[in-house]
Amino acid sequence: MQMVNRPYAAAFEAYATQHPEVLCLSADLTSSCEIDGFRDRHPDQFLSLGMAEQNMLSFAGGLGLAGFRPFLHSFGVFLYRRPYDQLMASIAYPRRRVRLMGFLPGVTTPGGMTHQAIEDISVMRTIPNMTVLEAGDATEVESIVAEADTVDGPVYCRILRGAVPRLFDTPLKIGQMRVLSEGDDVLVVTAGITTEEAIRARGALSRAGVSVRHLHLNTLKPFDAAQIVAHASSVRHGVITLENHLVAGGIGSMVAEALAEAGLPRRLIRLGLQDTYAHGGSRPYLMRHYGMDALSLVRAVERLTGQTTGIDEAALEGVRIDAVHSLVKAEAL
Amino acid sequence: MRNEKSTEAIAHAIRSRVFEHTIRNNGGYLSQACSAAEQLAFLYNEGLNLGPSTMPMIPPPFTGVPSAQNPDYVTGAGYNGPFDAVHDRLFIAPAHYALVAYACLIEVGRMAPEGLEMFNKDGTSVEMIGAEHSPGMEVHNGTLGIGFSTAAGLAWGRKRLGHTGRVCVFMSDGEVQEGQTWEAVQAAAHHGIDNLWAIMDVNRQQCDGAMDDVMTVGDIATKLRDFGAVVAEVDAHDLPAMRAAAAIPHPGRPLIVLAHSRPTQGMESLMSRFPRLHYVRFKSDEERARMNVEIAAELGIAPVKLEAH
Ligand SMILES: Cc1ncc(C[n+]2csc(CCOP(=O)(O)OP(=O)(O)O)c2C)c(N)n1
Repeated sequence: MQMVNRPYAAAFEAYATQHPEVLCLSADLTSSCEIDGFRDRHPDQFLSLGMAEQNMLSFAGGLGLAGFRPFLHSFGVFLYRRPYDQLMASIAYPRRRVRLMGFLPGVTTPGGMTHQAIEDISVMRTIPNMTVLEAGDATEVESIVAEADTVDGPVYCRILRGAVPRLFDTPLKIGQMRVLSEGDDVLVVTAGITTEEAIRARGALSRAGVSVRHLHLNTLKPFDAAQIVAHASSVRHGVITLENHLVAGGIGSMVAEALAEAGLPRRLIRLGLQDTYAHGGSRPYLMRHYGMDALSLVRAVERLTGQTTGIDEAALEGVRIDAVHSLVKAEAL
Repeated sequence: MRNEKSTEAIAHAIRSRVFEHTIRNNGGYLSQACSAAEQLAFLYNEGLNLGPSTMPMIPPPFTGVPSAQNPDYVTGAGYNGPFDAVHDRLFIAPAHYALVAYACLIEVGRMAPEGLEMFNKDGTSVEMIGAEHSPGMEVHNGTLGIGFSTAAGLAWGRKRLGHTGRVCVFMSDGEVQEGQTWEAVQAAAHHGIDNLWAIMDVNRQQCDGAMDDVMTVGDIATKLRDFGAVVAEVDAHDLPAMRAAAAIPHPGRPLIVLAHSRPTQGMESLMSRFPRLHYVRFKSDEERARMNVEIAAELGIAPVKLEAH
């Protein structure tokens, strides 16, 4: 698998330098969000707002009012937890064209509860006027910049940083989910880093005779309920969602709502954080500990189909382990 | 509880231990040890009235987050002594100083050196960003700017309960950029909360570099006084001055000691990385080897033995 180093850095610089109305805002996490090179080379398009996120959000609302399209960079959590009120009043309600670039989504950070955005999707998708996107590979990180900027209103994006695998060769298009396999036993719905997990599981599952239909979502709002229902109706056993997020309010909930509204009776297993906070640790450890990895998906498939597959850890391809201090990591916390 | 070691010796040992850890792991919050070693050593060794640790010397593994299904959940507060009416409480507001705080716990005999071997290892409680369940941490503070508010509430409550123990917060200067810090000082002054005090590590640094380049904060002392705190300013590496400042009476108001520090104190070689000091990770084996020798010499200790690779 090809790994791309810091795909956001290059993509943002290439795009922003062509669009003078785009501004780069940072809240004291400039290199952690891969915009340090941009700051150094394009200081006129860069605004340092310091560690003061509430102000940054309302400030961005003002920039939007003046006709600019600010891209806000921080860890995902710091873009909505403390400044939620500012997000509502200064950005979402007036439909400012503010682009919230949330780095280190879910358990991709070892920083523990205060750093892990585990309810951001559920919060963001309930906000009227918001668009919610999530990048799942290097190609999507690269294309999310320009794509987010086409939205006439605010956008929240979950961004991957550092060394990111390239899974796709076509750009992210808002509203276009990716159909990664067209099996007819089980429907698996993933987004972000869980797509890579599901791809690993799929290989082993198909060798074990389970035919998986796999959808990768990059647009979480607007949510294409009709397509989800169509895919769900074409599988025999049911649906599994696997998300780097709490199962409440995120992709599992969206799929459940879609099935219920369509009156389509299908069993649904929602994998992700089950009404718990996570804690600090490496990404592979956290994904295993909280049941969000390829093996957890295999076990859920077994529950759904009632068959054991014989798949164990060894049958799944090796997990990528990035050392916390390795050089491919963008920066520390 | 007073240690047999002098506070000066503890501060030096904190720097040495964080240095060794950083060299061995090729990364760490090293400059925070330079700026804050005396402050944490002072708090644990003489500034605070802490009872003996109630926790095992070797930290137990992570046992889950707070929930109704986890009745055995404990925070790391026990490392700071029993929670009773007479003893002080300590919050480490910038939780990324955890490495320095853990080193301090070891030097004052509250944690075994093995505890630091667990740092940032999966399944342990000795987390990189100090969590509520990490040794010496009493509440979650990794989101900066909330520590002083929580401490003010605790202090108000303890006063109402008749506790004689006080509440202390170790703060970072980056926190003054967050509006909540000012709301907290305002509330503490308004309510006359004087069993509350803080030492702030004023190293003038933040993640992006020098604070003046990132977001100017002006004269912190004047601003804090205007918001109602009693403020003392000291050289963070001058322990007699720190002792005197901490003893300043502050009836009806919180006390905040601004400890003006140098982010490379004791490790001048780190200046070659300025202004990128927030998280030290060596860019090459060569830099790591050179820093190992140079800083060890400055600290007067032997360089860390690195395995060949
Ligand atoms: C609310 C919030 N915003 C952003 C961060 C990310 N962050 C961690 S440390 C830090 C700033 C560091 O400055 P300071 O607190 O002065 O610490 P020091 O430079 O002394 O390490 C930032 C922005 C955070 N932890 N919390």
